Amino acid sequence: MSALAYTRYELLRTMRNRRFFILSLGFPLVLYFLIAGPTRNVHNFDGTGVSAPMYFMVGMIAFGTMSSMLSCGARIAAERAVGWNRQLRISPLSTRSYFRAKVLTAYLVALLSMAVLYVSGASLGVSMSARDWLEMTVLILLCLVPFAALGIAIGHMLTPDSIGPAMGGGVALLAFLGGTWFPIPSHGFLHDVGQLLPSYWLVQASHIALGGHPLGTKGWIVIVAWTLVLTAVARRAYRRDTGRV
Amino acid sequence: MTNAIVATGLRKSYGSIEAVRGIDISIDTGETVALLGPNGAGKSTTIDMILGLAEPDDGTVSVLGGSPSAAIDAGWIGAMLQTGALIRDLSVEELIAMVASLYPQPLDVKDALEQTGLKEIAGQRTQKLSGGQTQRVRFAVALVSNPKLLVLDEPTVAMDVEGRHSFWATMRGQAALGRTILFATHYLEEADAYADRAVLMAHGRVVADGPPTEIKAMVGERTIRATLPGADLDALAHLPGVSGAERRGEAVVLACADSDVAIRALLATYPEARDIEIAAAGLEEAFLQLTGDEGVAQLAGAPS
Repeated sequence: MSALAYTRYELLRTMRNRRFFILSLGFPLVLYFLIAGPTRNVHNFDGTGVSAPMYFMVGMIAFGTMSSMLSCGARIAAERAVGWNRQLRISPLSTRSYFRAKVLTAYLVALLSMAVLYVSGASLGVSMSARDWLEMTVLILLCLVPFAALGIAIGHMLTPDSIGPAMGGGVALLAFLGGTWFPIPSHGFLHDVGQLLPSYWLVQASHIALGGHPLGTKGWIVIVAWTLVLTAVARRAYRRDTGRV
Repeated sequence: MTNAIVATGLRKSYGSIEAVRGIDISIDTGETVALLGPNGAGKSTTIDMILGLAEPDDGTVSVLGGSPSAAIDAGWIGAMLQTGALIRDLSVEELIAMVASLYPQPLDVKDALEQTGLKEIAGQRTQKLSGGQTQRVRFAVALVSNPKLLVLDEPTVAMDVEGRHSFWATMRGQAALGRTILFATHYLEEADAYADRAVLMAHGRVVADGPPTEIKAMVGERTIRATLPGADLDALAHLPGVSGAERRGEAVVLACADSDVAIRALLATYPEARDIEIAAAGLEEAFLQLTGDEGVAQLAGAPS
């Protein structure tokens, strides 16, 4: 019995879904060049201290990787719709292995999305030390943990019909309030709301270029709190979800 | 002989619908048992409870000596659920290999494909299969786990005649290997031909439990249909073996308690009868007469 084999087949299935890849990798890419192309020579974008290509690179990464993590939910919903979820329930596959396969697959897609945008960013003049690239990557991956839990939760709560709009709307809202499209003002209502969202801190990872710790204590508290809450929700959603859909 | 499944006093409601209203079933290891009943009898809900997919409101289920979840974790149960298509973007062989990887002592993947007649389409993607092929793959999913208990919920739905035939041939072989098999069906003929025992369910209760031939005798009224213009219905109804008669245009339909006696009597009395058909009344038709609590009570009181 090998849970790794299950993960391997999950990855294989995801890689074969060509339409999914074109959309989830291509869309942020096109947006990036549309937004960051014209502002490629802005070195201190809107007072953030970060260049525009850098700011939008991480912004689009936030948008793309959030979508990747939540698309894990879309795949779960599709599996539930054909009853596969119940078929897995009557196999010895543990909940842990099931979650692990889903999360690893989502992360793989997120990593690909990041790689594509890193290359695009570099082509518009984003440059950092290898150490900063690495540190930023790790930060982004950590900030994505709550989104992994969110993806699993919505996958077990929504139907394939409703998950599309829910994901599209949810990601757009989180991206907007997180400062993906333009920097959130440094004070005021939007700022206060944004700081409570994990997407805000995901975008803040771009400040790695300025040195120091972009997230700070506040950022980590928000990420950890969302992770705990959403993991509990995902667990509960999975447990309750044994009926025929 | 030990018990493969013991269900006692099982009850399950969904909202205001009482799907299962107190059933007791005990199945020995090695038995092939048909769970027989029309749609909505509570078969699938019962199976869900046996598999641990639904929690009984009341009563207990034990599977292979422990809880359903213990039997599942041990990899002893293979099941083909009623709802279902397949996940996409894998070949048939990859899908079966993936399922096999989840179990401690699976069958060899090639063997499982061979036994279920999937060798020719092993390389095809799961989303490109016909309904009958999909059913066979789902059967292979259940079988590759090499289970002690095989549970199949209406396995032959969507299969053509040939598909059904080869499916049941495979099933016979599986029973001969000593696996315990529980299958739900609404075809009396399937229960009769392939089960050692049939448990008849209606309205969430077990209304009869015994050899399929006995069940068949209980619900298996036959009808004789013949073109016989101008015949006297009253006289027809009084022929030996006939319990009722009605006219349908030029034809008459006789409900028969004993169709062998009835057909002889019919031909002796009305040699001009033509286009004669004798058919087993389907379960649905049999239950039509038994719907309502009165019918169920009457059946439940009958010897099994």
